[in-house]
Amino acid sequence: MLRRKQRIDSATVRTSRRGFLKFAGGVGAGLTLMMNLPQAAAETAAAAASKEGDFMPNAFVRIGTDNRVTVFIKHLEMGQGTFTGLATLVAEELDAAWEQIDSEHAAADAGKYANLFWGTVQGTGSSTAIANAFMQMRLAGATARAMLVAAAASEWRVPVAEISVSQGVVSHAASGRQAPFGDLAEPATRQPVPPEDSLRLKTPQEFIYIGKQQQPRKDRGKTDGSAIFTQDIQLPDMLIAVVAHPPLFGARASGVDAAQARQVPGVVDVVQIESGVAVLANDTWSAKKGRDALKIHWDESSAFKGSSPEIMARYRELTQAPGLPARSDGDAASALAAGANVIEADFEFPYLAHATMEPMNCVVRVGDGECEIWNGDQIQTLDQGAAAQVLGIKPEQVRIHTLFAGGSFGRRANPHSDYVLEAVRIAKSRPGTAVKLVWLREDDTRAGYYRPAYAHKIRATLDENGMPEAWEHRIAGQSILKGTAFEGGMVKDGVDSTSVEGAVNLPYRIPNLRVELHTVEEGPPVQWWRSVGSTHTAFSTEVFIDRLARAAGQDPVAYRMQLLEGHPRHQGVLKLAAEKAGWGSELPAGRSLGVAVHESFNTYVAQVAEVSLQDDGGFRVERVVCAVDCGIAVNPDVIRAQMEGGIGYGLSPAMMSEISLDQGRVAQSNFHDYQVLRISQMPEIEVHIVPSAEAPTGVGEPGTPVIAPAVANALESATGQTLSRLPLKLA
Amino acid sequence: MSVTLNVNGTEQSVEVSPDTPLLWAIRDHVRLTGTKFGCGLAQCGACTLHVDGQPTRACVTPVSAVEGKTITTIEGIESSTAKAVQQAWTELEVAQCGYCQSGQIMSAVALLEQNRNPSDADIDAAMNGNICRCATYVRIRKAIKLAAEQLS
Ligand code: FES
Ligand code: FES
Repeated sequence: MLRRKQRIDSATVRTSRRGFLKFAGGVGAGLTLMMNLPQAAAETAAAAASKEGDFMPNAFVRIGTDNRVTVFIKHLEMGQGTFTGLATLVAEELDAAWEQIDSEHAAADAGKYANLFWGTVQGTGSSTAIANAFMQMRLAGATARAMLVAAAASEWRVPVAEISVSQGVVSHAASGRQAPFGDLAEPATRQPVPPEDSLRLKTPQEFIYIGKQQQPRKDRGKTDGSAIFTQDIQLPDMLIAVVAHPPLFGARASGVDAAQARQVPGVVDVVQIESGVAVLANDTWSAKKGRDALKIHWDESSAFKGSSPEIMARYRELTQAPGLPARSDGDAASALAAGANVIEADFEFPYLAHATMEPMNCVVRVGDGECEIWNGDQIQTLDQGAAAQVLGIKPEQVRIHTLFAGGSFGRRANPHSDYVLEAVRIAKSRPGTAVKLVWLREDDTRAGYYRPAYAHKIRATLDENGMPEAWEHRIAGQSILKGTAFEGGMVKDGVDSTSVEGAVNLPYRIPNLRVELHTVEEGPPVQWWRSVGSTHTAFSTEVFIDRLARAAGQDPVAYRMQLLEGHPRHQGVLKLAAEKAGWGSELPAGRSLGVAVHESFNTYVAQVAEVSLQDDGGFRVERVVCAVDCGIAVNPDVIRAQMEGGIGYGLSPAMMSEISLDQGRVAQSNFHDYQVLRISQMPEIEVHIVPSAEAPTGVGEPGTPVIAPAVANALESATGQTLSRLPLKLA
Repeated sequence: MSVTLNVNGTEQSVEVSPDTPLLWAIRDHVRLTGTKFGCGLAQCGACTLHVDGQPTRACVTPVSAVEGKTITTIEGIESSTAKAVQQAWTELEVAQCGYCQSGQIMSAVALLEQNRNPSDADIDAAMNGNICRCATYVRIRKAIKLAAEQLS
């Protein structure tokens, strides 16, 4: 979501007070960042210290007299490594020892912790954490370092220039004096905060952490059960809420008989809210039993009652006619009309649930003119605003404790704050009492906010050399952004950018290229899902280009390489993945390779999938070779992990996951019928990172969309079948 | 009613109805939250703990069935096998979001207690009930092998 709101295109750093200043150190390409190191200028940082003697030069770094360095992480840690990545950037410029660093989620405060690509919104998504914070966190570390050095210089009465810092120790070689950070924390609070343009950042040659050894991750507690997620929050006298949700989207409870529910031991109260009927109890099991004992009459008169087959039929029909233009180069319609040989393909994508391992949940305590929320919160600013509105208080009166999220994949960034507001509304009925909303797996699977279903149609003609002459791509589906706070910026002339991303920026050289969109109004609530538009556009475009290569009698890698002239980063990952996978060499019988390349969120990924056909008519993905170019590789091991995980996440919709509607009812409920990838289905994965001096870009999403087309291409080339629907099934 | 549970070597008495799943008794009443809720239907493995050493899905095991038995949760594992598994998990940085990992580790420990040298097929069979939505499976496999090596 929100991709490319801020372009990465110049070597400047914008500070909130001083406008633009040229930024000399660090990366070649650089980033345009709106800096807001909060206590800039000549204020001393003493006021910001949280404990006597602690040194907090800015909102991101605190150095304690105990020599611990706390890095406040403004982005949610939901598995993608923000605790490690942002801490690496601070540690680098601070010259801290890695072991002395602790990462902690920052408070919800957009004034200090905005995502610099999103204006004044604090939030995590679009794979932007490293990209937006790259300079900000380095400057935060460099500021702290400069003040520690200044403090040492003044204590020791030696020139600043003679002082060096390494591994958390400040030294003066000539006099032999040295001090750990902790000893200088208190004197450093009396130093003025240096202006940013006086700070010198390291050159890439000087990096000791960025791109170097594997630093242990900073999101600890995940191997001994001590890491705390929202589900684990226990507060005095806290109640658990389990909710009876409507069986259809848009239905409402019109009659509630709670007599039996109230009889269940442990049940404390039953509360009707907009989104259903909540049972509050002393523990989760009692709340669930109470919920199951409710008798509710649902008014389904204005509910959505569509079924998947007819929804898809309607989408397919829409793609027969022109839609709103999203990109238009040359004249595709005329070229297609004139072309002798039109190649055409249809693709279908079902709804998908995020199915995070931790079902949605949220703890809320509503006080007098205030509200406290405990949540794996992905867009704090939106959730603060939404909660404040429901409670009639100010957003800054909503305090959010951001916790580890047990996966999100976009789900916890709900633009309508759906589950957060459900918890707020329940807690509002019992002021002063903490309430933990627990969604059971069935609630989570059936709650909507799915990756929308889509139909695509692509038509192309080839020139005499077999290269595409015209390409017309039509997409039909619901808009994710319509009716959200993001609509203004990201829906232009009726085209939701998230519906067409990955298709409108098709990198292949095609003289006549047109992309059109049909936006459908009706349907279940929809939302972004790891890699958003690319979840479907990467599939249709990469499967189709493979078919064109085969129609032209050309090798799919060589064909793409030609069409990608002028796109060196696409070419770079494609070449690397093909080489490492042994593209073109003999394979064991029954095995075949497929390739795909796709850019999303400014990160370039190519994958080669090796599949084998099984005796039962199915297939296995045996091995995947992945090449990624994400600019400077801040934490190579985290990047590898995100590619592995992204591929695994993308294999579920490729092989088995699907949400379907039956007269409005969600057919699936739990992992037995909403199937996801298991260990026995996981291929071996090899990840190669392209060395780069470009500005770093994100890796949380871009690994996901590439795998399904790579697998489909391997299957199509092995079987000659046409695979036009996910999940993939061989005939 | 009151049920007595032996959790991590300590007798605990909890006030719950006998049909309460062990998972919720342990999380809400014993207040050990390392054992996770994922599905409630023995489909995901997030709630895996050991009952008399056997890997067990706590979400479908009523407390009435485990009175008098020895229950070990992620917080209570101490064997050399457990330490080797946790160590391997840390060394290979298996965890992403981490939510499934208590269950993964409990299943892996039980596997290695019974089979010191598991093959890929053994690992798949023992671990197939543990979903990881972050798909850390490649590293789970490697970590189990690393732990097996350390133990041999
Ligand atoms: S919560 Fe027990 S197996 Fe999923
Ligand atoms: S690490 Fe996130 S579900 Fe396994």
